[in-house]
Amino acid sequence: MRSRSSINWRGLASQVLVCFGAAPAAFADPAPRLSPTSIFAPASTPADSIFGLSLFVLAVTGAIFVVVFTLLAYSVVKFRKNAGDDGREPPQVYGSNQVELAWTVIPVLIVLALFMATGRVIASIQKASTPSNAITVITIGHQFWWEYRYPGLGVVTANELHVPVSNLERPTPTFIQLLSADTDHSFWVPRLAGKTDLIPNHPNHMWIDPHETGVYLGQCAQYCGTQHAKMLLRVYVQSRDEFDRWVQEQRQPASVNATTSQGQRIFETTACINCHTVAGTAADGLFGPDLTHLMSRDTIAAGAAPNTRENLRLWIQNPAAIKPVSLMPAMQLSDPDMDALTDYLETLR
Amino acid sequence: MSTDAITLPRAEAAARPFVDRLHEWVTTVDHKRLGILYITYALVFLVIGGIEAGIMRIQLIRPHNDFVSPQVFNRMFTMHGTTMIFFVVMPLVFGFANYLMPLMIGARDMAFPRLNAFSFWLTAFGGLLLYFSLVGANGLYGAGNAPDVGWFAYAPLTSRTFSVGHSTDFWTLSLLVSGFGSIGTAINIVATVLCMRCPGMTLAKMPLFAWLNIVMAGLVILAVSPLTAAQIMLLIDRYLGGHFFDTQAGGSAVIWMHFFWIFGHPEVYVLVLPAFAFASEIIPVFSRKPIFGYPVMVAATVAIGFISMSVWAHHMFTVGMSANATTFFVASTMAIAVPTGIKIFNWLATMWGGKIEFKTPMLFCIGFLFQFLVAGLTGIMLGCAPFNWQLGNSYFVVAHFHYVIVGGILFATFGAFYYWFPKVSGKMYNETLGRLHFWLFLIGFHLTFDFMHVPGLLGMPRRIYTYEPGRGWDVWNLIVTVGVFFQALGIVIFIANLIWSYFRGKAAGHDPWDAWTLEWSTTSPPPAYNFASMPVVRSRRPLWDLKHPNDPDWKYE
Amino acid sequence: MNVPSIAIDEQRIEWERPARGRVGMFGFIAAEAAIFSIFVVAYLFYIGKSLTGPTPKDVLRVPIFYTICLLSSSLTIHLAAKLLRSGSVLIFGVLWLVTIALGATFLYGTATEWQRLIYHDGLTISTNLFGTTYYSLVGLHGFHVVVGLLSLSIVMVITLLGNMRAEYGERVEVLSLYWHFVDVVWIVVFTVVYVIGR
Repeated sequence: MRSRSSINWRGLASQVLVCFGAAPAAFADPAPRLSPTSIFAPASTPADSIFGLSLFVLAVTGAIFVVVFTLLAYSVVKFRKNAGDDGREPPQVYGSNQVELAWTVIPVLIVLALFMATGRVIASIQKASTPSNAITVITIGHQFWWEYRYPGLGVVTANELHVPVSNLERPTPTFIQLLSADTDHSFWVPRLAGKTDLIPNHPNHMWIDPHETGVYLGQCAQYCGTQHAKMLLRVYVQSRDEFDRWVQEQRQPASVNATTSQGQRIFETTACINCHTVAGTAADGLFGPDLTHLMSRDTIAAGAAPNTRENLRLWIQNPAAIKPVSLMPAMQLSDPDMDALTDYLETLR
Repeated sequence: MSTDAITLPRAEAAARPFVDRLHEWVTTVDHKRLGILYITYALVFLVIGGIEAGIMRIQLIRPHNDFVSPQVFNRMFTMHGTTMIFFVVMPLVFGFANYLMPLMIGARDMAFPRLNAFSFWLTAFGGLLLYFSLVGANGLYGAGNAPDVGWFAYAPLTSRTFSVGHSTDFWTLSLLVSGFGSIGTAINIVATVLCMRCPGMTLAKMPLFAWLNIVMAGLVILAVSPLTAAQIMLLIDRYLGGHFFDTQAGGSAVIWMHFFWIFGHPEVYVLVLPAFAFASEIIPVFSRKPIFGYPVMVAATVAIGFISMSVWAHHMFTVGMSANATTFFVASTMAIAVPTGIKIFNWLATMWGGKIEFKTPMLFCIGFLFQFLVAGLTGIMLGCAPFNWQLGNSYFVVAHFHYVIVGGILFATFGAFYYWFPKVSGKMYNETLGRLHFWLFLIGFHLTFDFMHVPGLLGMPRRIYTYEPGRGWDVWNLIVTVGVFFQALGIVIFIANLIWSYFRGKAAGHDPWDAWTLEWSTTSPPPAYNFASMPVVRSRRPLWDLKHPNDPDWKYE
Repeated sequence: MNVPSIAIDEQRIEWERPARGRVGMFGFIAAEAAIFSIFVVAYLFYIGKSLTGPTPKDVLRVPIFYTICLLSSSLTIHLAAKLLRSGSVLIFGVLWLVTIALGATFLYGTATEWQRLIYHDGLTISTNLFGTTYYSLVGLHGFHVVVGLLSLSIVMVITLLGNMRAEYGERVEVLSLYWHFVDVVWIVVFTVVYVIGR
């Protein structure tokens, strides 16, 4: 895969790696069998740039390690006191200016090289400009779920981010603005980009341009409270056609269905509408995820459980069973009411 | 004889009632006793912090485990970090400095003995206050009310809105109190080194131990104070309606991070410089050569002290700083690698051409050298900001800093324990048990912390009470947890050795290692007044001069 | 094995080291300076960032008179310490009392300013960012003035009881270092709050 930066980091690094046989080459696996969240399986330019830099840094530090380790091991073996030692002290050497100079100058040069390599990558990622055909998403971090708004496309959804695939001939990156509604969070999908934090009153931004379709996993990477561990991320990279179709579906208001009107009535008269929005109905709460197209998602509770009827019912009846101390309250409904409500929710495709 | 000790006959010493002896310890202003109090206090909290780590590792041994609830886990990592840094390593550092500094510079005590005692009791009280949170004050969560905001307590998680009850206040107040104790001890160390050196001991002739501790003390003075200030601001926010970190009122969450890390980064140098001090005293003695490049070691130490105050935002690379700010902190972080590397090379050169004896103190210092090398290199990796955007806040970072603190600092500190135990107790420790401790702990350390890097590289963030299966993290977490048991066993053997040897060890004599600094010229243990008359020195190794009158150091320095 | 003796050189070598009281006080001042620096940085950072409420321009009046009082007290304490060293305990006592009076006047000025700000202008520590940073910074300084005045008063009592001697000059000078520090901090706070921030 051709890298976009002017220096062929991959080529340089793989040359160095061949010399030192570093282990991470084993992780540089385009179809990762080791882990779906490996930082060594980049699928987007920011992750690519970081991967290239990381190989260079690993090669340099690996070389330093081998040299110094060898010297240390050698000295420990060669200069140990022998069994038949005569008890005299060895020559007392106090220092050597030349040697000190040598091992000051060489590290300075190494550090300079690392610094310059790093500076380039910082510039290439952070100073990238937004092309006109980029998709813009505003991500708002909540305790403990992700809100996504596509201002240009009129879409509001939660927890599962959909973006179009971006190929080199026709790049369509996605620019993500990162805000927070409460405390600090961090957006980390390792195969797509490095992490960037979501901090209240401190808007951040990042971009991704995934090269391959598929589902990319990640999770919140800044401790945000009790359920930080279950604030998971799923990024669905789709072909342009599929993405456009998804957008069209998401823009529709909820379809009204006569058979589930009882469930809808329960939804609208219990506290649900205080927190949740269902477009086209009276529900317009903003505290919790938008549920208009709830059934278009694979998981609920920010990835904490698959989106099945049983889990949905359990989540409403007893959220602590799936994600204790999330901010979803147990709704204390009777069984028939629960069934009706779940029927209604299942129509929100 | 200028260093004769006047000792009580044993029979008289044992006859005093327990209450009298306890009273003596509680009211002592003797630097040696305060040193022992600090170190004993630290060992107790080492065990407690280790139990907290064990609980976390058992919870993480497999995905979706339910050994403890998320609330308890979050309290565990907060308490573990806070305990280990403030109530284990800092008291160890202050304890060794207290005990050894006056002896090594030929003084009778620290500059301000009463301030010394006051500072110890402040630190001790801080720790007790922190742990009182487990049982005291009602909160809305179960399992007591211990803080659960992480040891760096980021805003706005610590505001009244998100931290209900008093758990955050316990964190804030206990560290405020022990912070004052730390500053008091630091002032004491600076004054002692500058004002109490024996005749002939110019700054250029004092042991590296003294240099490293005075730079450490300077860092405490300049770095703990910002934490104190930030904590006062946090209390103002929480109780007086202030808005320092209140993002709803236009305040900044990022400024807490800046203030915290302006403390937090120099703090880790506060922890590591004394470890360098131990290595700089032990490695020469067991290599039978003077430290290589003393002036360069001093210069590197001072450079590290200065540069360490300018790297703090490398803990904040993912926060969204400007490219220029990010680049600056990459530069300063890279810069500090240079003097640190120089030190490793100087220790290597000290061993080079020597006659190394592999007694327990030296085993631990050799472990320190190898492991600190690795820790420094992973630090360089983390200092490359874009690489940090992947590795930051992941288990790679956790592995890195444990490599520094456990693999570097704790190993060097174990070396120091074994090296100076004969001086403090008058008895030799058991060498076989010492080696057993070393090998068990080495195996456990590497099982845990080598393999801990891998989940980080595979995307596992830190501070999560459980994780999803299918991310490739399972087997690594299992190996990491297994290593904990080896380390625990090593600690048990270590403490058993200390206790057993104190009562049953062979008499050590005043200089069992044939060493060269002033503390080895007095008895073991030293008398209350340290030296019968003030020593006068002419070189960096006064005892070498005495033992080699035809070939003294002052002819060559 | 005999404990080797470290030789005591017959010719006494020249051995100068700084006085530990002074070094200790400088260490303490360094720590306090670091604490104040963080509050100053917070103040500067938040200038102009309040979302509501009275702004510095609206409500702050420059306390020239009280500032002159506080800064003059540095002069009087310096003279007092110098004169104590040369033996004039009585004049030392008078100048010391003047120092305390000047410091107390400064505190009175802060108190009246705060009273006006709170009850007349409606600015409290919780009003807005300006209120928070202003009361914290000026209050922290005021707290240090209070502690200084307490220390000075203890010395005053010792003097009034007739126990002050010229030999205590070094200790009095070390204490006066703290007082000078408090004044220097005021210069910084004054500049930041009443000049830069307004």
